[in-house]
Amino acid sequence: MVKRLLAGDRRSAARLITLVENEMDDHHKVMSLVYPHTGQAMILGITGAGGAGKSTLTDHLIGKFREQGKKVGVVVVDPSSPFSGGAFLGDRIRLQSHSQDDGVYIRSMASRGYLGGLSRATYDVIRIMEAMGNEVVIVETLGAGQDEIDIIHIAHTCLLIVTPGMGDDIQAMKAGIMEIADIIVLNKADLDGANTSLRHLQGALTAGSFEEGEWMPCVVSTVSAANKPEDLQGIDELASAIAEHQTYLRKTRAIDRVKYNRVEQELGLIFKDELQKIIFKGLKGTGKKREYIESIIEQRNDPYSVVEEVLNTYLLPGE
Amino acid sequence: MNNQKGTETIENREKGSTNDDSFKNLSGFKIKALYGPEDISQRDHETELDLPGEYPFTRGIHKTMYRQRPWTIRQLGSLDSPAKANERIKQLLQMGATGISLCLDMPTIMGRDSDDPLAEGEVGSCGGVAIDSIEDMRNLLEGIPIDEISINFVSNSQSAVILAMFVAVAEERGVPLERLTGTMQNDILKEYQAQKSYYFPPRPSMRLTIDTLGFCNKHLPRFNPISISGYHLASAGATPVQEVAFTLANGFTYVEEGIRAGLSVDSFAPRLSFFFKVHNDFFENIAKYRAARRIWAKTMRERFDAKDRRSCLFRVHTQTSGSSLTAHQAENNIIRVTIQALSAVLGGTQSLHTNAFDEALSIPTPKSEKLALRTQQIIAKESGVINTVDPLAGSYYVEALTNQMEDECYKYFKEIENLGGVISAIEKGYFAKIIADSAFSYQRKIEKGERIVVGLNEFFEEEETDIELREADPEFEREKVSDLVELKENRDQALVKVCLNEIGEVCQGSDNIIPYLIKAVKSYVTLGEIIGVMKEIFGEYREESIY
Amino acid sequence: MAEKKKIKVLVTKVGLDGHDRGAKVVSSLLKEAGMEVIYLGMFQRPESIVRAAIDEDVDVIGLSYLSGEHLIFTPKVVDEMKKNNFVDVLLIAGGTFPAEDIPIMEEMGIDKVFRAGSLTESIVDYINDHVEE
Repeated sequence: MVKRLLAGDRRSAARLITLVENEMDDHHKVMSLVYPHTGQAMILGITGAGGAGKSTLTDHLIGKFREQGKKVGVVVVDPSSPFSGGAFLGDRIRLQSHSQDDGVYIRSMASRGYLGGLSRATYDVIRIMEAMGNEVVIVETLGAGQDEIDIIHIAHTCLLIVTPGMGDDIQAMKAGIMEIADIIVLNKADLDGANTSLRHLQGALTAGSFEEGEWMPCVVSTVSAANKPEDLQGIDELASAIAEHQTYLRKTRAIDRVKYNRVEQELGLIFKDELQKIIFKGLKGTGKKREYIESIIEQRNDPYSVVEEVLNTYLLPGE
Repeated sequence: MNNQKGTETIENREKGSTNDDSFKNLSGFKIKALYGPEDISQRDHETELDLPGEYPFTRGIHKTMYRQRPWTIRQLGSLDSPAKANERIKQLLQMGATGISLCLDMPTIMGRDSDDPLAEGEVGSCGGVAIDSIEDMRNLLEGIPIDEISINFVSNSQSAVILAMFVAVAEERGVPLERLTGTMQNDILKEYQAQKSYYFPPRPSMRLTIDTLGFCNKHLPRFNPISISGYHLASAGATPVQEVAFTLANGFTYVEEGIRAGLSVDSFAPRLSFFFKVHNDFFENIAKYRAARRIWAKTMRERFDAKDRRSCLFRVHTQTSGSSLTAHQAENNIIRVTIQALSAVLGGTQSLHTNAFDEALSIPTPKSEKLALRTQQIIAKESGVINTVDPLAGSYYVEALTNQMEDECYKYFKEIENLGGVISAIEKGYFAKIIADSAFSYQRKIEKGERIVVGLNEFFEEEETDIELREADPEFEREKVSDLVELKENRDQALVKVCLNEIGEVCQGSDNIIPYLIKAVKSYVTLGEIIGVMKEIFGEYREESIY
Repeated sequence: MAEKKKIKVLVTKVGLDGHDRGAKVVSSLLKEAGMEVIYLGMFQRPESIVRAAIDEDVDVIGLSYLSGEHLIFTPKVVDEMKKNNFVDVLLIAGGTFPAEDIPIMEEMGIDKVFRAGSLTESIVDYINDHVEE
């Protein structure tokens, strides 16, 4: 199947993604086969509050990249219901114009309980899309506030979408997300209050501290939901800004730091997951898990002491 | 009777009543076990209860209502081909219908001609008639006394074109436009909120609506150019109170826009009419009508300064609820329709369409249609409910419900106002979200058994259907398309082009577009072509709202 | 170690009909039942439906019909599925149909038809029972 994936077969890509999403048997092995064929794509992250127009912007950006002859993969992430575990994935609706383009592959993912909105599997899904032959992979997620900053660890270039008058600009500034996004997009710039928002954003940026040679996040105004093609605004500027950032990354070798962060982050996630599984499994096996938990409930012990004890006993080399 | 004693008893009973939470109506109001005078004593009886035919018309818009003339029995008369629809109309008129409603097929609804590639498979769909050109309108109305019969065109985004065709045919037949009666649904706001068959963004759509309004004002004084519809909102999920609140809000918006376009309120408001759905809750529905009449009248007078009494009249056409019909045990629907029809009559509707009981299965057969019509006739002539006006007035329950509905409406009006008005609220997805939530909540209740649908989640039986169904005609599409192709080949192409160019220019300007459309349709420009040009100029609207 | 695989359902309307209340309500209820719903919305053509179904690797395709277009579009969807060799999925349809069309639809390739008003529970149960692990 991997071979077919490398040849660009959609079906294989789709199946492989399901494999890694559900952590089905052999997904580790499969990914290790995929891995050598990754690393060359531009990974673009797009985040912002619901209703900001992310998908519509994504739709236009896909068009731009396609104009450049690039193949595009898109991962759209939506939250899973914490109660039922199910999800409503409706973003494809806004990406209709590319539904028949063979050079575009779109996949919806549910966050499946990961707080930051991006699961471990997302890294793998992006890789699969890279291996498939996509030169650009766009990852779109819902960014509601402080929690949703995983995207910066996954993407090379990060876009934050805000809209005028909804307070996101203020929220974003409070959250410090501003300093993390590479490009701030002020969408729906035709609404009232756009100028004020623009001023706020630009003001906040100049107030921030950036070192010499570092990339200073820029603000681009756009109008993505246009009833007529002539009413679209800012898309070209946005595409240029993205290209500029990409150039910056390569020229200053900042891309290396980004890559380093990505892998570090991913390793961290995998370690966390795997270690937790191993430890709990082990504890359960010896019957200690229930013991420990009950002792904490009965106030004979506390979580930190338990963890210390377990680590000392099982992980750190004894004397 | 000792009043004090009576009150005590009611109070005690209330204390004793268990779990009032389980008795909620469709709008979510908690219904008490017992209503008494104290439930309506807060309102000022003198001004609010009133007389029928007198402001604020809570009890009815006419003094004698059905005693003088029963409501119009207006049944749906369309069928896929204009010729067949024409036959059907004649049949219905013979059976005793006093008005006709005409639906359009799906491609026409979406602004496309029968030969459009996207129309494939859907020409003549859903019991709607395919209208591409003036030829179709001619065939549809052939032999029908359009100066005597009231026709309701269920058309919305394409209304300007349909109106142009109707006027053109009338002119050809020498019928004076002042004699034409009927309605055009032409309610674009509800399209954005519920039915989704809009083409252009709200502003240009509103311009077209006002153009039709202005034209009818001048030339078709007996024709109702807008039927502000709650039916579709309700079908999409709106509760009764949401239906009335949003419909009225839309109505007020049209009034605002008309005034903004320079029309004086009394010159067009008398011709605005409404379209409601009857839901299953009998009394709630009646209260809905009474509240609607009262709110419309008060707002027209107090906010819009209407001087003409007729501007304050809430005139409404009703259709029984299609979405409450079940496919399982379809005969149960006969009972549902009867109860709903009675509710509409007691609510004081001006005209009524009753659904055929097999409507959840497919397009009704002549037999089931006749039954639907007879339902109305029996209510009108045998049940005696028409003998007096607004018989339920004074009922503690109904009056309390009416007041409650009214209060809730004002709350919704405030919310909409805070969002900047109806159009602004539409763009923000306000209506779509509320309606979708209501739809979801309703279904959830059915799934959980909290709301019972007999034959579906209670008294369910596996069954054999013995009901005969009407067949759709597959040949029709082929014929229609070839007729259209022929028409397009044989017309004056140069003239067509000129007309389309003119339309394009008028779209960019501010002239009333209707005369240009009339000219165009007379030259055999098709509906799809006209809409196509408009889409280029006005743009196409994409729904932004999040679900 | 894997959790039970999530069932992915594609819900869509076909053709020009814009009545999406049923499709949306069912989608929400499927989500409550723990499924992941890819909602395509209105005005979909067979090609875009199957393309989305393949890319999303869904287990179920759900077609929502209201206005009588079920006999026209069903074979087109099935053909498109065959063309792309995407036939292992469950194909279900919901909406308004005459009873006599149901066997025809089943013969065309629909695995199960759910008439308007069907309780979502029955849809959920059917999917759970028939999706291959």
